[in-house]
Amino acid sequence: MNVESIISSLYVFSLAAFLGYQVISKVPPLLHTPLMSATNAISAISVVGAIITAGSQSTVSRVLGFIAVTSAMINVVGGFMITDRMLRMFKDKIGGGESGKKEAGK
Amino acid sequence: MENILNEVLIPLSYLLASILFIFGLKQLAHPQTARRGMNLAAAGMLVAIVGTLFHHDIISYELIIIGLVLGSLIGAGMSIWMPMTAMPQRTALSHAFGALAASLVGVAEYWHALHSGQPIEAYKMTALGFEVLFGSLTVTGSLLAFAKLQELMRGTPITYKGQNVLNVSLFALAAFIFVYLIFDPAQTTLFFIMVGLSFLFGILLVLPIGAADMPVVMSLMNSYAGLAAAATGFAINNKVLIIAGTLDGFSGFILSILMCKAMNRSITNVLFGAFGSPVEDTATAVQGEMREIGAEDAVMQLAYARQVVFVPGYGLATAQAQHVVRELGEALEHRGVQVKYAIHPVAGRMPGHMNVLLAEANVPYDEVLELDEINRDFAQTDVAFVIGANDVTNPAAKNDPKSSIYGMPILDVEKAKTVLFVKRSMATGYAGVENELFFRDNTMMLFGDAKKVCEEVVKSIGGGGH
Repeated sequence: MNVESIISSLYVFSLAAFLGYQVISKVPPLLHTPLMSATNAISAISVVGAIITAGSQSTVSRVLGFIAVTSAMINVVGGFMITDRMLRMFKDKIGGGESGKKEAGK
Repeated sequence: MENILNEVLIPLSYLLASILFIFGLKQLAHPQTARRGMNLAAAGMLVAIVGTLFHHDIISYELIIIGLVLGSLIGAGMSIWMPMTAMPQRTALSHAFGALAASLVGVAEYWHALHSGQPIEAYKMTALGFEVLFGSLTVTGSLLAFAKLQELMRGTPITYKGQNVLNVSLFALAAFIFVYLIFDPAQTTLFFIMVGLSFLFGILLVLPIGAADMPVVMSLMNSYAGLAAAATGFAINNKVLIIAGTLDGFSGFILSILMCKAMNRSITNVLFGAFGSPVEDTATAVQGEMREIGAEDAVMQLAYARQVVFVPGYGLATAQAQHVVRELGEALEHRGVQVKYAIHPVAGRMPGHMNVLLAEANVPYDEVLELDEINRDFAQTDVAFVIGANDVTNPAAKNDPKSSIYGMPILDVEKAKTVLFVKRSMATGYAGVENELFFRDNTMMLFGDAKKVCEEVVKSIGGGGH
């Protein structure tokens, strides 16, 4: 791997870190749990690496990759679905005011 | 054609995925747009996965497809049939799975590079090292957190003599092997010893941490899982992994800082994971008589109050009492009582735990108040109704420098005219600290399962009212 691609990876890392800090720093407590389960689902992006590993030639890699794909997908699907379940509960109430209350009471 | 696909289209799909992740996260941070944000992030994941399936390094698809389907089914099952009260356990388990994936990819990548005939570059070894270190310790650390939260094992801190010395030496040993491997990556045995040490370290890290400190651990594990994914990105030179992993790494990190601030602990403590260190509680033993009352007496207090503030804690979650508490709140509102809910940032076992439960029970959002807002209100409150919370209301955090929770901002329930505590038993809170409030004149205790106690109270209000 050449030095340029290493440096560009470090650029991406630094900018993503800064962005992550800016985007997340003022999240209301109501959203802490959904945020955690959604970012957790996003962090299972390792599934990309796992897919390539599971489709490769060597048997060792394929077996490891298979387990990795499975567990990453548990994380992706489970994480997004549970976040959705939570946010659906929130939705009615967050509009605030009377209409929100009425809908929630249905 | 093949080349265009691999060199242009797949990287473009990753770029699109990264953009979707960033926008998704941005919208997730605001209540009104959160759901749209989540959908964007999920779409990003789909784009990245579909793009990857066209990668030219893939020669067989059987295992990939089985893995994708199997994982999706298990993940869907876990999220459909799991009660909201078990959210912390589920999240801990999910962290373990994600980290396991990153860790295994790291091991496979190492194995592959080793057998490719070419020496592993120092840069790649560094990335792989971080990947398996963070990944493996998150796997076992999260599993242990899961076991504690699921009450498969004791939730209290497990400590022994020389614990810190052992942890630090283990960590130093793993770090030493890591550095050695960077210079001599072909030492396979050492590599696997390092992996083993990281697994062990994850366990030792969480062992001394009590259930009450779980919000910090959860956030930290969230962060580590993300960092492991980012390290994977460095190892296989894939930017979408770096971006997604780093976003998660930092959001987890910010959450752990928020949790620490809520408990008045330092950030260094978080970084090195030493926060659960056992504190011999030398605080003055509180003595006196507790005044135990029944549901009928509680009704008398509640029904004639002008303002009642509910203070939920972990006990509410274990008893699954959120729905009946909302019923009680509604019954009181019906009688013209002003009802509010006070949430301490570290109440429960993960950040936002209580907010989720109250939302599930359809408690109106504007009745739920945070620490700063509600603390101004307690002086005008007739009854503070504390359900399954203890440490977050303990005045020792303010008055007793010797107490292990000294310095933690608390909910000032003591300022209310009357304090009602619903408690499972006489036992102390998870921090192991006695709460002097129990013995005050204006405090009344309702012993029993939170759900049953509240049901009785609701029944009495319904029957005796109007």
